[in-house]
Amino acid sequence: MSKAPNPPVPGATDPKIIRNFCIIAHIDHGKSTLADRMLQITGIVDPRNMRAQYLDRMDIERERGITIKSQAVRLPFVADDDKTYVLNLIDTPGHVDFTYEVSRSLAACEGAILLVDAAQGIEAQTLANLYLALENNLTIIPVLNKIDLPAAQPEKYAAELAHIIGCKPEDVFKVSAKTGAGVEELLNEVVKQIPHPIGNADAPARALIFDSVYDTYRGVVTYVRVIDGRIPTRDRIKMMSTNETHETLEVGVISPDPVPSKAIGVGEVGYLITGVKDVRQSRVGDTVTLLANPAKESLGGYRDPIPMVFSGLYPLDGSDFPELREALDKLKLNDAALVYEPESSVALGFGFRCGFLGLLHLEIVRERLEREFNLDLISTAPNVVYRVVMDDGKEHIVTNPSEFPGGKISEVYEPVVRSTILTPNEFVGSIMELCQTRRGNLLGMDYLSEDRVEMRYTLPLAEIVFDFFDQLKSKTRGYASLDYEPTGEQSADLVKVDILLHGDPVDAFSAIVHRDKAYNYGIAMAAKLKELIPRQQFEVPIQAAIGARIIARETIRAIRKDVLAKCYGGDISRKRKLLEKQKEGKKRMKMVGRVEVPQEAFIAALSTDDTGAKPKAK
Amino acid sequence: MRTLSAYIHIPFCASRCGYCDFNTYTAEELKRDGTSITAVTYPDRVIAEIDLTRSQMASDTREISTVFFGGGTPTMIAATELVRILQALDLAYGLAPDVEVTTEANPDSVTAEDLKVLRKGGFTRISFGHQSSAAHVLKVLERTHTPGRTWDAVREARAAGFEHVSVDLIYGTPGETEEDLIATLRDVAAADVDHVSAYSLIVEPGTRLAGQVARGGVPAPSDDVAADRYAIIDEKLSELGMTWYEVSNWAKPDGECRHNVAYWRNQDWLGIGPGAHAHINGVRSWNQKHPATWANQVDSGLAPIADSEKLTLEEIAHENIMLRLRLREGLPISELSDDAVAQAKLAVAEGLLEPEKFNQGIAILTFQGRLLADGLVARLWA
Repeated sequence: MSKAPNPPVPGATDPKIIRNFCIIAHIDHGKSTLADRMLQITGIVDPRNMRAQYLDRMDIERERGITIKSQAVRLPFVADDDKTYVLNLIDTPGHVDFTYEVSRSLAACEGAILLVDAAQGIEAQTLANLYLALENNLTIIPVLNKIDLPAAQPEKYAAELAHIIGCKPEDVFKVSAKTGAGVEELLNEVVKQIPHPIGNADAPARALIFDSVYDTYRGVVTYVRVIDGRIPTRDRIKMMSTNETHETLEVGVISPDPVPSKAIGVGEVGYLITGVKDVRQSRVGDTVTLLANPAKESLGGYRDPIPMVFSGLYPLDGSDFPELREALDKLKLNDAALVYEPESSVALGFGFRCGFLGLLHLEIVRERLEREFNLDLISTAPNVVYRVVMDDGKEHIVTNPSEFPGGKISEVYEPVVRSTILTPNEFVGSIMELCQTRRGNLLGMDYLSEDRVEMRYTLPLAEIVFDFFDQLKSKTRGYASLDYEPTGEQSADLVKVDILLHGDPVDAFSAIVHRDKAYNYGIAMAAKLKELIPRQQFEVPIQAAIGARIIARETIRAIRKDVLAKCYGGDISRKRKLLEKQKEGKKRMKMVGRVEVPQEAFIAALSTDDTGAKPKAK
Repeated sequence: MRTLSAYIHIPFCASRCGYCDFNTYTAEELKRDGTSITAVTYPDRVIAEIDLTRSQMASDTREISTVFFGGGTPTMIAATELVRILQALDLAYGLAPDVEVTTEANPDSVTAEDLKVLRKGGFTRISFGHQSSAAHVLKVLERTHTPGRTWDAVREARAAGFEHVSVDLIYGTPGETEEDLIATLRDVAAADVDHVSAYSLIVEPGTRLAGQVARGGVPAPSDDVAADRYAIIDEKLSELGMTWYEVSNWAKPDGECRHNVAYWRNQDWLGIGPGAHAHINGVRSWNQKHPATWANQVDSGLAPIADSEKLTLEEIAHENIMLRLRLREGLPISELSDDAVAQAKLAVAEGLLEPEKFNQGIAILTFQGRLLADGLVARLWA
């Protein structure tokens, strides 16, 4: 298939002809299209079989135009010097939630193409990943894409990139991934600029896991970059973080479909299959060695994925609970970062408290559950993890506001992030205002170019998970971009606000908020619920409370009349059916104490969209 | 043995009122729909349908105990024709010696002479659609009659010898004030009527009023206002010696509409005319809705039934509760399931059912219960 006449054999490839690189880019900046073009130019994909965004495996990725799971593809390439090289293109996830996965992908490379849309300039996430690549000592090749667009401003953005990386504007490559212009030259540049991998072929084997994907037929497929030694097929391997051992049933490279080989050696990138069924047994960042002659030290840098954002997921129809459990169990096989445990809510019934890397991760999981498993779900407002220290020194880790302890609290700690916002300079004022109201702390500000500014803030993560991104986009007409990374925790004056319906707390509506905002939250929530909950036979007070102190109150007045007038023309059937329908509707209501609350009220009240309050159903 | 009643539908009106979603048509509408059915050609078809039902129920030996002509506006067809239909019913089924025969009437479309003809022809009861004494309320309802005309018509009916005279009221119309309603009830007090039906205005989908409400031109009627107005009606009518016997109906002693009571007691009745509903031996059926379709089937000698449902035991039980709970005579608790009895006990505690009557084994709505009867019915379907 390849245009290279005798492509080098995996497991017997001289590291000197290998180039391992990735593409750092923002969503929509054309990474997948560029990768497609590279597949075509190197000839490993027959033009007839070419489909857009070839490397994105899941439908959801293709639809959203983003890559969730990185992959690696081996491209034999005959360069300008007429020698055949092996280019390993390692695809990286492009979103803030997957920083750790990105960092592992970067660790598998010696160089990176920094791909930026020539009409939009660099975005915050790209910048963050670029810094990550520079920390990893990667060689950076700056590239402007979409130079064929009428709106492209190659000179302006070349200057910007040069300023950021510290190169000359004329060193910035210009391509059109769509038409293919400049892509072959770029591949030659990869060969020229990016160093070949260096490793010790005779040392005990060490390979870095940079991705791990569950496949229904093959089990877990683990993507590795060999640093030292070689990983043969049909051998015992050991995962250095867990000391688990497996047998390599198959070893190979992706080109772009899996090609089994006898082994993979120093500097090579490939996959291994051991028959394990759960990606947790093959963790991103871990080091693989051979059982017979194990390495003494791991490659380092491994860490467990840490869920940062929690949300309760509940089936709309309570009887779907077993299906939800099964679906989560299946998703978990392919998602090492997803954690969940069953919980029950007075308001929502049985569900799961799920932990996610971030908001996008949450959204993706939710969407997959709904789409691939046909589940209708309610998700509670996302919250972060709090550490509550009591006066007596006891500590509670709170992942659900309803578990916030009562009693004497000494300190509450919340996670904080270091965020980077890139924006046209005209929006600096409104962004400062936004960050101010979100308890942000300005760390610094730099002009990337004449009119683009990088702003750095410390922000409580809780403030970001609640519609911060939407606000940022609306205040900057969509121009600003955001990236953040966890940097630790801070003590803050946080309180739990409970919402009481007819005196009974509704767990799903409890929230942990800063004391200064508790009053507003209480008023807004009570007013929203008043609109959403139908009148009952008795008066229903809605109260917001901090502990025993009521901070807001609304009242749903008792229903006075529900009886319908006469049966028109003796149409008893119509009246009976009407009442039957009403009764059916009541069955779907949740009882909070004596109050009947329609499911829709929970959904609408939990949605962060303040304008979404619908008039109550008659 | 259930009694047998007859409902005769007269689907004609001089104009359509904005709130009305009844199965009724103006002459222009019928002409536009291309049917030859008019107020003149209609009675023969009605009589044909009566005879058709008779041939299908040949073994049913029951006499007709009550007859009700409703609409539409029954008085859109000649009084002599209404009498002719009644005679056909008598010929086919036989009217009971104490038969109650009611017709609805628009005060504007009935004369003293008509009333005499009706009374002489066997009609015993007349119900005038008064709705309100306030001209601005009638305007929102798009009613055409002048409010004062009702009371003349009541006097004429009494003069013609009608034993029972009723008026229909609509309350809770947008724009209606408490004073408007009180004035209406003052008129009722001054008139010689022994029965009042009062219905809260319901905005039915598809009506002109629904469109006006949706566009914001007319405010939606409020249930709270309706509850207040209902209390006023109940109070004022009881001062006149009228008692509620059904949620929306009040009468002086012996003034109850027996036809109405038959519905709520879940008795049997024939439904004659387009869109009319019938209930015979556990089967509910309804006729073709449009007069043209209905007439075509009658003309070809077919029963003009659009569809029917054979009630299941559960549906029968549900209807029994739904219908009889609305009557002041109430529902024997022995007919409720254990779960429903538990709900009924709660309802007593909530003030929806009369505690004393409950202890005597009957579920009877309190004043508050009358306003919240639908929710209670659904609960008693436990």
